[in-house]
Amino acid sequence: MGGDQQQGIPVPELGREVTFQERFNSHRFPAPTVIVVFAVVCFSLARVPAAEPGSHWSFVVPRRQTPPAVQDGAWPRNAIDRFVLRRIEEAGLRPAGEADRRTLIRRLSLDLLGLPPTIGEVDAFLADRRPGAYHRLVDRLLDSPRFGERLALQWMDAARYADTHGYHEDYNRDMWPWRDWVIAALNDNMPFDQFTIEQLAGDLLPGATSRQVVATGFNRNHGVTASGISEEYRVEYVLDRVRTTATTWMGLTIGCAQCHEHKYDPVSQEEFYSFFAYFNSVTDKGVENRPGNVDPLVEVVPLGQQAIETRLAGVIKSLEARRARRFEGVGDRVAAWERALAKQPGRRGVVEGPLLVHCRLDERDGQPVSTGSPGKPATVQGQAKWVKARVAGGLELDGRSSLVLGDVAGFERTDAFSYGAWVNPSSGGAIVARMDDAADYRGWDVFVSGRRVEVHLIHQWPGNAVHLISKASLPSDRLTHVFVTYDGSSRSAGVALYFDGKRQEVNVTRDRLTGSIRTARPLHIGRRNPSGFLKGTIDDVRIYPRQLKPEEVAVLAGTDGLDEILAVAAEKRTRSQRETLQRTYLALHDQEYRRLSEQRDRRRRELDALKKNRPTVMVMQDLKMPRRSFVLLRGQYDQHGAEVKPGVPGFLPGLPAGAPANRLGLARWLVDPSHPLTARVAVNRLWQLSFGSGLVETAEDFGTQGQPPSHPRLLDWLATEYIRRGWDTKSLLRLIVTSATYRQSSRSTPALRERDPANRLLARATRYRLPAELIRDHALASGGLLVEQIGGPSVRPYQPAGLWKETSNRGYVQDHGVALYRRSFYTYWKRSVPPPNMFALDAPTRETCTVRRQRTNTPLMALVLLNDPTFVEAARSLAGLVLGEKKAGIDGRIQHLFQRVTARVPEQEELSELQRLLADQLARYRRDPAAAGALLKVGESARDQRLDPAEHAAWTVLASVVLNLDEAITRE
Amino acid sequence: MDRRGLFGQVAGGLGSVALASLLRAEHPPAAGSHFPARAKRVIYLFQSGAPSHIDLFDHKPALARHAGRELPDSVRAGQRLTEMTHKQKSFPCVSTVFGFPRHGACGRPLSELLPHTGSIADEICLVKSMTTEAINHDPAITLINTGSQQLGKPSLGSWLSYGLGSESRDLPAYVVLISQGTGRPGGQPLFSRLWSSGFLPSRHQGVRFRSGRDPVLYLGDPPGIDRGGRRKMLDGLARLNRLRARRVGDPEIDTRIAQYEMAFRMQASVPSLMDISGETAGTLQRYGPNVGQPGTFAANCLLARRLAERGVRFIQLFHRGWDQHGNLPAQLRGQCRDTDQPAAALVKDLKRRGMLDETLVVWGGEFGRTVYAQGKVSGGNYGRDHHGRCFSLWMAGGGIRGGIEYGRTDDFCYNVVEKPVHVNDLNATILHCLGLDHLELTYSHQGLEQRLTGVEDALVIDDLLA
Repeated sequence: MGGDQQQGIPVPELGREVTFQERFNSHRFPAPTVIVVFAVVCFSLARVPAAEPGSHWSFVVPRRQTPPAVQDGAWPRNAIDRFVLRRIEEAGLRPAGEADRRTLIRRLSLDLLGLPPTIGEVDAFLADRRPGAYHRLVDRLLDSPRFGERLALQWMDAARYADTHGYHEDYNRDMWPWRDWVIAALNDNMPFDQFTIEQLAGDLLPGATSRQVVATGFNRNHGVTASGISEEYRVEYVLDRVRTTATTWMGLTIGCAQCHEHKYDPVSQEEFYSFFAYFNSVTDKGVENRPGNVDPLVEVVPLGQQAIETRLAGVIKSLEARRARRFEGVGDRVAAWERALAKQPGRRGVVEGPLLVHCRLDERDGQPVSTGSPGKPATVQGQAKWVKARVAGGLELDGRSSLVLGDVAGFERTDAFSYGAWVNPSSGGAIVARMDDAADYRGWDVFVSGRRVEVHLIHQWPGNAVHLISKASLPSDRLTHVFVTYDGSSRSAGVALYFDGKRQEVNVTRDRLTGSIRTARPLHIGRRNPSGFLKGTIDDVRIYPRQLKPEEVAVLAGTDGLDEILAVAAEKRTRSQRETLQRTYLALHDQEYRRLSEQRDRRRRELDALKKNRPTVMVMQDLKMPRRSFVLLRGQYDQHGAEVKPGVPGFLPGLPAGAPANRLGLARWLVDPSHPLTARVAVNRLWQLSFGSGLVETAEDFGTQGQPPSHPRLLDWLATEYIRRGWDTKSLLRLIVTSATYRQSSRSTPALRERDPANRLLARATRYRLPAELIRDHALASGGLLVEQIGGPSVRPYQPAGLWKETSNRGYVQDHGVALYRRSFYTYWKRSVPPPNMFALDAPTRETCTVRRQRTNTPLMALVLLNDPTFVEAARSLAGLVLGEKKAGIDGRIQHLFQRVTARVPEQEELSELQRLLADQLARYRRDPAAAGALLKVGESARDQRLDPAEHAAWTVLASVVLNLDEAITRE
Repeated sequence: MDRRGLFGQVAGGLGSVALASLLRAEHPPAAGSHFPARAKRVIYLFQSGAPSHIDLFDHKPALARHAGRELPDSVRAGQRLTEMTHKQKSFPCVSTVFGFPRHGACGRPLSELLPHTGSIADEICLVKSMTTEAINHDPAITLINTGSQQLGKPSLGSWLSYGLGSESRDLPAYVVLISQGTGRPGGQPLFSRLWSSGFLPSRHQGVRFRSGRDPVLYLGDPPGIDRGGRRKMLDGLARLNRLRARRVGDPEIDTRIAQYEMAFRMQASVPSLMDISGETAGTLQRYGPNVGQPGTFAANCLLARRLAERGVRFIQLFHRGWDQHGNLPAQLRGQCRDTDQPAAALVKDLKRRGMLDETLVVWGGEFGRTVYAQGKVSGGNYGRDHHGRCFSLWMAGGGIRGGIEYGRTDDFCYNVVEKPVHVNDLNATILHCLGLDHLELTYSHQGLEQRLTGVEDALVIDDLLA
């Protein structure tokens, strides 16, 4: 290393162009390359290598800088300001004044939480006239659980986090437990060195906890292919980890050294593959052709679930005990029941309701067909014949006819339900079905195939479904009672199929159901939709919205055998007859026993579901014997050159003494205070979060091709300060946002803009458009729709129909309810089709590590903010809130609306503009109530029906305009 | 070069805010051409899934003699196989079931499934020696569209948008249209990375136009807001934004106002683009029976011409369904029924309107298919696996010599024996037709001057050029 460190730090000129131009000029006549490029001539452009390795500023350990002297001693609030002011003064400028309090609280809330302040929060801050109000505000924000989400968003981009595998079929994966680990770690203010070690090598820590293993999901977020040559892809994953780790922690783009000596930064190919060796012993495979997480993985008990599981187990135990006590004295109760029965013949055969659908099928031609619910008759489609059947009449279907029942029995896979009928089929088809053939057979049915009976519960056929077939065939000479019960577990084990009350053995062919089985298609008897017509006789169709017990199914089939037992005099019954009678009595007729059983079953199901559906997360795990690593010639996975051992590039400090030759050693090396890059890169990202742009603008490249820092001494001071404070992220952020530099106004003058267009001098605050997720969250929060719930599986809000289907073989199933209003951070991220509204706002695809987002300004963005139902609904909801305010008068309401979005009071000119617009829109919607009605229907959230529609619609337009203001989507 | 490098730097950083626009009206292109262009725009008819060159273009009458016999090891020469056939014990050659009538003054033999392509035989340049190192769809389709199998690189269309900008006032420079093949419904998925701008500014990304109410995502006003209402909203919004601009002095606000206006114009221009009611019956007929059905390849071909007329720089159609691992003859009939007539009609339509000289049309997929059968051959039915060593592709129009074929494969349609054209050579040649030097069209990213054609040398194939 060596050399004069002060000299090594470039002090850039003011304008970036000048710097670049100078660099360009100096490169026109290349200096002799320090590194020999032996593999491939990379680019014909004769650009030039690093200067003397070791002299590049970022490769030299940051030295503790003394904050410089400044002329205006009154302005600085902390050390940061002295570094910044010194440059401003040298440029002959003055810093901008402090922003007003409304701007400051909105800026702080957006930067630290990613959400706007509420009106109450603004008022409280304005009212807090005691000294230290600003610091108290900062502390409150840093303590908010929203803080972890805000910081995690940046980290997700770096970690290329997504909910799908990326390649080929782009299958689902569940990495959200890792994502939730990140949120928790950031909220707990885990020191950055620990944050680093656990994510890179938590599994290798002595006595690693399961949380520390989950943390290593960081380097399993890369894409995984379903097809191709396994070793080629396995190597690609290792390369991805190398690139991601180097960029995230060191701001180095060493990926080029994969194929040849790095042209600019002093990384040799051998060093690159030594670094590669750290990540080359993971036990993962290259090709994994299946949905879901792939090895190595661990099961996770999500936050708080352990307590729920323990509590449930306790409840089940106590229910069992109470149930057992009902056996006491059961003999007497059976006797009493038997006596009552004698007075009420026929009562015994009743299965307790509710009965959702009951088609007795005793009608005649032309009559509406009763479904058991008054006013909702079914209709016969096609030429079905009414015939004599099991109980009075029945229906004979000719293979082209069916019964349509409409929107009933719209069960979800998590609902328990039971269904079936008496049937004698002459050819295959559906007995009862609610299914949509065109949507990959989504739905459920019981289906005759040959003379065997199949049960389907389908999200998407065949990949995501439960399917079982009876081993036995139906008799051909008579009606059989075919019945299905289901417990809502999404498993084949939760499905029971009965013929004549007898549980059937089945073959299970599909047993993976994770998606919705709900469909908009109507319920049919005698067909699916549109295929699967049944031919044959059918009678007494029943659907129960619960799982019937075996005894109950037997009752329906008339095969419970009780008639025989009851016919025997009580004292002559055998022991087994007595027990059957008691058991059946308890199961069907003892209300208390039934209630206890149902409660126990429900709790059991809940517990089973929790345990079975414990999510997994993909993590790092190394082979017992490390895999041998080689230089890969020209970067080809199968072209081995010299063997290499794990090691770090020679231009950086060596490994700490005694560091193991694995990822743990690497992680400890990265956070060693002597590492020149890690702290600088980390604080630069925090600076980027707080100012919109890093001190090193190229946050991804601290190498010789990156931009030099605008304030090298400040960067070094912050880096050393970060380490000195024990890598305390919240503390460093507090320091940054309490500086006078941060608190400046963003007002600018043409002269200052001309002088410093990109605001590298920081003689004002930078105003910039919010990141995609924050824009949507801001709208949801302004409209009072935002659901602040931390963590859990990703959600699927509104998305234009058909988007997934057009390019892949799977459709998008939108969620409903609260899932529509979670923070955008939780939106399901499909790499091949990223959420389109986020994508239009410059969110990355998450296919590769990204540490700096673009900020563009396009018409597509305008279309999203004006027309996406998310934003229209937010406007409608915001309008509803404003109209619901007690504040009297149009002006008061407009002010309220404006404040909710911008945190400030509109000026007179703005107020008049909005008044004019409102009057105009109100007149329009009064003239056209249908238009008002149409606008108010956008979005699934309920609307306060008491509000006048024309007024609500006009205010919705007004709210949409305010949400579209440049100021609304800008951090001032 | 220095100018572009400089622009690259500025555009990548904060400066992009001020430069940003999808459309040219407000802003000049980022780079600008290097020498006189032969074509102004490209219509790329991408056939996703890999059409069989053996059954469509690369006629080898002698192959019939080898039918049913093992592919000689000397031909296969250690070629790696996909996971679909690497466990296969036998690799019997299968010749094509289709006839190859000759077409045009050049007498080009083409599959009987392509009679309409035959009618433009004298316009097209048939490249028979295309080659790629990828043998699976995802990497291959990523490679041919972005110049690299690695993720995160900009697509060809984005490079063109970056290099040349748009000629259109109210449409994006790069438009993508997708259709499903009827020969093999479903089939290989597509990825938005295929039209992504990668590390280039995101205004250069392809904008997908869809069939239906909203051809561009979120194009339609919400229900209950009409054009008049929207106009008034935007006027009010612009006035409010101007007030703000005056106070804070940020030119970015003016750009935002302009983009909202552009969005408003797009809301009118896109539906008028999609409305084909003004096309003559004769024109519609020439594109074939599916042209009236939105979302079909035929409808997309007609839209491609309409987009070209409106100055869109790069129009890319993706037609799915060309992955014939089995049941090839029947599936290929369906795929060709989808594409043959509309593709030929497009070339003829462009010519009739005097636009063919300035429009480069490309038809092709990501790789070829194996001469040996995948699975069993029975009764004229067979399938073919992926094959990267060679495949065929045609080009026509701006800058291209019509009526020629280029390159040659061996008797087994397995190896290129003459004049190989790597996918990066193809991309270099396409850029060349547009007046861009692929070595000069660069963008600084991750410490490198990145370019479409990647690290290794790519060549412009001069023999293809008029």
